[in-house]
Amino acid sequence: MLKLTCPYCGVTGEETEFHAGGEAHLKRFGPGSGDEDFTNYLFSRKNPRGVHFERWRHQYGCGKWFHAARDTGTLEVFGTYTAQTGEPPADIVAKIKAKRPEWEGFA
Amino acid sequence: MKRLPTGGRLIDRTTTFDMIFNSRRITAHPGDTVAAALMANGERMVGRSFKYHRPRGIVASGAEEPNALMNMGEGEWLEPNQRSTVTPVVKGQSFESQNHWPSLEFDVGVINAKLSRFFPAGFYYKTFMRPRWAWKHLFEPVIRQSAGLGKAPDQPDPDSYEQFYAYTDVLIVGGGIAGLHAALEAGRAGAKVLLLEQNPNLGGRALVDVVDIDGKPSPDWIAATIAALEDMPNVTIRTATMAAGVFDHGYVTAQEQVATYTQGSDAPRHRLWRIRATRIITATGAIERPLTFAGNDIPGVMLAAAVRDYAELYATAPGERTIIVTNNDDAYRTALTLHSAGIAVPVVLDARPEATGTLPEQARAAGIRIETNAAIAKVHGKRKVTSVDICDHTGAGDVRETIPCDSVAMSGGWSPVVHLWSHCGGKLNWDEANAMFAPDPKRPPTGDDGEGFVIPAGSATGDLHATQALANAAEAGRQAAIEAGFTPSVGAAPLATAPTEYPMLPVWMMPINAPYKLRSKAFLDFQNDVKASDVALAAREGFTSVEHTKRYTTLGMATDQGKLSNINGLAILAESLNTPIPQVGTTTFRPPYTPISLAAIAGDARGPLFKPTRKTAMDAWHDANGADWEPVADWRRPYTYVRDGETKRDAVHREILNTRNHVGMLDASTLGKILVKGPDAGKFLDLIYTNMMSSLAVGKCRYGLMCSENGFLFDDGVVARLSEDSFLCHTTSGGSDRVHAWMEEWLQTEWWDLQVYTANLTEQYAQIAVVGPDARNVLESMGGMNVSREALPFMTFAEGELAGIPARAYRISFSGELSYEIAVPASRGQEFWDAALAAGAAHSIMPYGTEALHVMRAEKGFIMIGDETDGTVTPLDLNLGWAVSKKKEDFIGKRALEREFFHRTDRKQLVGLMPENPDDVLPDGAHAVEPGTNIYGQKNMIGHVTSTYYSPTLKHGIAMALIKGGAQRLGETLSFPLEGGKVIKAKIVDPVFYDKEGARQNV
Ligand SMILES: [Zn+2]
Repeated sequence: MLKLTCPYCGVTGEETEFHAGGEAHLKRFGPGSGDEDFTNYLFSRKNPRGVHFERWRHQYGCGKWFHAARDTGTLEVFGTYTAQTGEPPADIVAKIKAKRPEWEGFA
Repeated sequence: MKRLPTGGRLIDRTTTFDMIFNSRRITAHPGDTVAAALMANGERMVGRSFKYHRPRGIVASGAEEPNALMNMGEGEWLEPNQRSTVTPVVKGQSFESQNHWPSLEFDVGVINAKLSRFFPAGFYYKTFMRPRWAWKHLFEPVIRQSAGLGKAPDQPDPDSYEQFYAYTDVLIVGGGIAGLHAALEAGRAGAKVLLLEQNPNLGGRALVDVVDIDGKPSPDWIAATIAALEDMPNVTIRTATMAAGVFDHGYVTAQEQVATYTQGSDAPRHRLWRIRATRIITATGAIERPLTFAGNDIPGVMLAAAVRDYAELYATAPGERTIIVTNNDDAYRTALTLHSAGIAVPVVLDARPEATGTLPEQARAAGIRIETNAAIAKVHGKRKVTSVDICDHTGAGDVRETIPCDSVAMSGGWSPVVHLWSHCGGKLNWDEANAMFAPDPKRPPTGDDGEGFVIPAGSATGDLHATQALANAAEAGRQAAIEAGFTPSVGAAPLATAPTEYPMLPVWMMPINAPYKLRSKAFLDFQNDVKASDVALAAREGFTSVEHTKRYTTLGMATDQGKLSNINGLAILAESLNTPIPQVGTTTFRPPYTPISLAAIAGDARGPLFKPTRKTAMDAWHDANGADWEPVADWRRPYTYVRDGETKRDAVHREILNTRNHVGMLDASTLGKILVKGPDAGKFLDLIYTNMMSSLAVGKCRYGLMCSENGFLFDDGVVARLSEDSFLCHTTSGGSDRVHAWMEEWLQTEWWDLQVYTANLTEQYAQIAVVGPDARNVLESMGGMNVSREALPFMTFAEGELAGIPARAYRISFSGELSYEIAVPASRGQEFWDAALAAGAAHSIMPYGTEALHVMRAEKGFIMIGDETDGTVTPLDLNLGWAVSKKKEDFIGKRALEREFFHRTDRKQLVGLMPENPDDVLPDGAHAVEPGTNIYGQKNMIGHVTSTYYSPTLKHGIAMALIKGGAQRLGETLSFPLEGGKVIKAKIVDPVFYDKEGARQNV
């Protein structure tokens, strides 16, 4: 059972206090988009063993959605940050690069 | 053997009491385990094995025991599979051995053993495949009669169970000398320390295998250390508490046998600890391995260390003539212990070419005969050991000598307990010298900070010798304290001095070249009857992965989870495959370490606390007035209000007809009510709903649909525009939390530029529907706001007062009748309900429940989320295309609904159905079939019934269904074959069965 810290209210809670929301930073493809883009948006996920960015909601806390940068293999949490961004913040990217030099970066 | 004349460190020899074993009286001392008491009363056979029903005796002295499992207690207190080696005796408690029928001594299942040639590895898969009928009629009934470990209790559990949350800097698992000293180190550094020990007593092996620690015998050092720990306010010690599993980020579960519990007391029986620890020290010790020789399962063959545990701790022994068989020096401790207790040790059989270590020399000096390069070819005896055939270990079992004895103490070396280390990903190394898997300190399980959070200590590291074990425990305690942010003291760790031990010799099959005849009597897994020959057979048949071999042979799958059998089994597999052991690897270690009770996992979450029920403001009134409850999402709602002499069906029909002819009242409070407010509220709702909401005028209501991004309908409801910048969105009763979360997700993660906030007001309002031709009269007689047709037309709302209560009245209808839904503050819901009942008395008002609601909506062809939708249905499939905007640039699901597939005319589409016979009511989910078969050769199913009722209004069965190409099939008659051969024929009709023009609601 993971431990996560909500970046909004600062509370560190048990995984059961949160609700997992899948991959973060999905780009929405709406009306007018091509079949392939739309299919990938709906169904294709990275699901890596290693560095991953996820959406979580502080379901039984402040109710806010946020993002977590996490290693799905080692379960290390590099940081949590606001959901209101299209890509992970620079300080978290730098922290991951320092700890995982082989990481290819956020794409 | 009864009690030894002296000794018994854990028992009170001055007191005795009785307990019951298989209806026989057994005398015990306080402090005994059940197994110790059985041994002291001469009980040798304690159960039978699972497959062959062979007689089985006690093997071990701890949690690794595979055989001595008991049904404990009777009636409501019955609990199966209690490991008697760790269960303390309780005065008068009854125990029953398991897995035999009709009795332990005479068991018909033994026939399985006679047929053992026909029960090879994988026999379930081989034997029970053909013929198919035989499984149900022959194999299963026989297996059920003769197999099964323990009896399942058939009465509710009268005990209580609780859960306990704990947060600690350092958690130490294991209260032997390593755990105790690690606790001392971490405690002195100031860390908050929790130490758990699975046994009722602390001290571990050093209570029996006494070593010198800083000049004191280990039992004295243990007592002094416990006293020092008890003086430290930051250290907590819990005995009889077994750490069951280590999980992500330092989460640990443990089960405590609560010391103050007795049958019928208020104390909880088990307490489940849910622990978060910054660092975990696993001082879990090591488990002795059996040796694999023919007859090693006969009662009286035990682990060598267990034999001396029983002698030292409980003053009892399995026999009076005990042969020791070993591949290491440690087992000589058993020889010395028994010898000094006056028990004959005819010989020590040592598989090694020579035995010249300190302990063997001590045994020699005591006059004990020692044979080297010696092995057991075979143990003789059925229900107890009678003699042993001795052979060369390096040979094929040619008998050198037969020696009479009544018990055998075996030692195949030791395996560190690595379960907790491994649960969350700690990796193991193969230690060639000691032939064991031990934790690799460089590859621990990692926590949220990326650092290792489990530190092994003591013999659990693989350092079996007391000197190293104590030294590494000191290191572990200090390391854990530092990593948890504390500064440990410096200074020398205590020094343990113990006899040096010479290397062990790995022995996997005894003798090395044992032929099949011996291998097929040499057991690896005592509980599941897996023999050395079974593993070899599995390897020959291609089961080369250890995980596959485990499942094929059931090796290690018994309740002891392979604590004794795993290493021996995989070594034999490696030998059969001609592969080094580390390449074969181990099976996965999974929690729990030993079984924990399901009741402890449930804790207080039983009965009404399992899932709290949401209740509306009028719940108590409903309950007092005949409500027949129905669960609706987390709520309970009246299905109908049954009156004296009525069936439920009568009541539902009465409620419907009264509402259609006069006036009814419905508690609609469970409907979701979400306020959406802000300058961009309209824009936001245009994205959330398929239809246009921004164009809704203030004071008006509009029915709306919500789709997933995949185009499937998932919620619906009426939206009211309260003001320029605020909307109240009604959702389904089950959908309010989901829809609110859905809106928040889009607002927070996709359209965070929109200035909108949402609030779930569902429980702030009581909502009461007043429905029927007399509805307006009732409200008018309550006095207050103008509810006339002109002031409050259909699909509008108004705010004001009714009967002096602030109210918002919506002119919306889910029944097709003249209908008002009145929202009042929840705190005044009952007051409004009473007032409406009083005002309606003159119009014969009566409440109606959810079933009347459903029938009336079906009569009108209104869909119900969850009936007509199942996550694969689009608005277009339900003839709701009119509510899907073509003008809007975007809404959730718009792109998906553009997909070609959703516009095919042969999709399943909503239709109405009228059975040919008016009294027929189609079953829910009934399938319509057409002649012919589909591509799989099955009946040609073209759709199914989604809602079905008897309509008292129409005096006719009605149904809604999703039928392939239904939109073009109006007037066709479909066949619905039912169980038992009956076929209902029904005609496809417009799903609006009643008042198609909507004249009744628009008055
Ligand atoms: Zn929060």
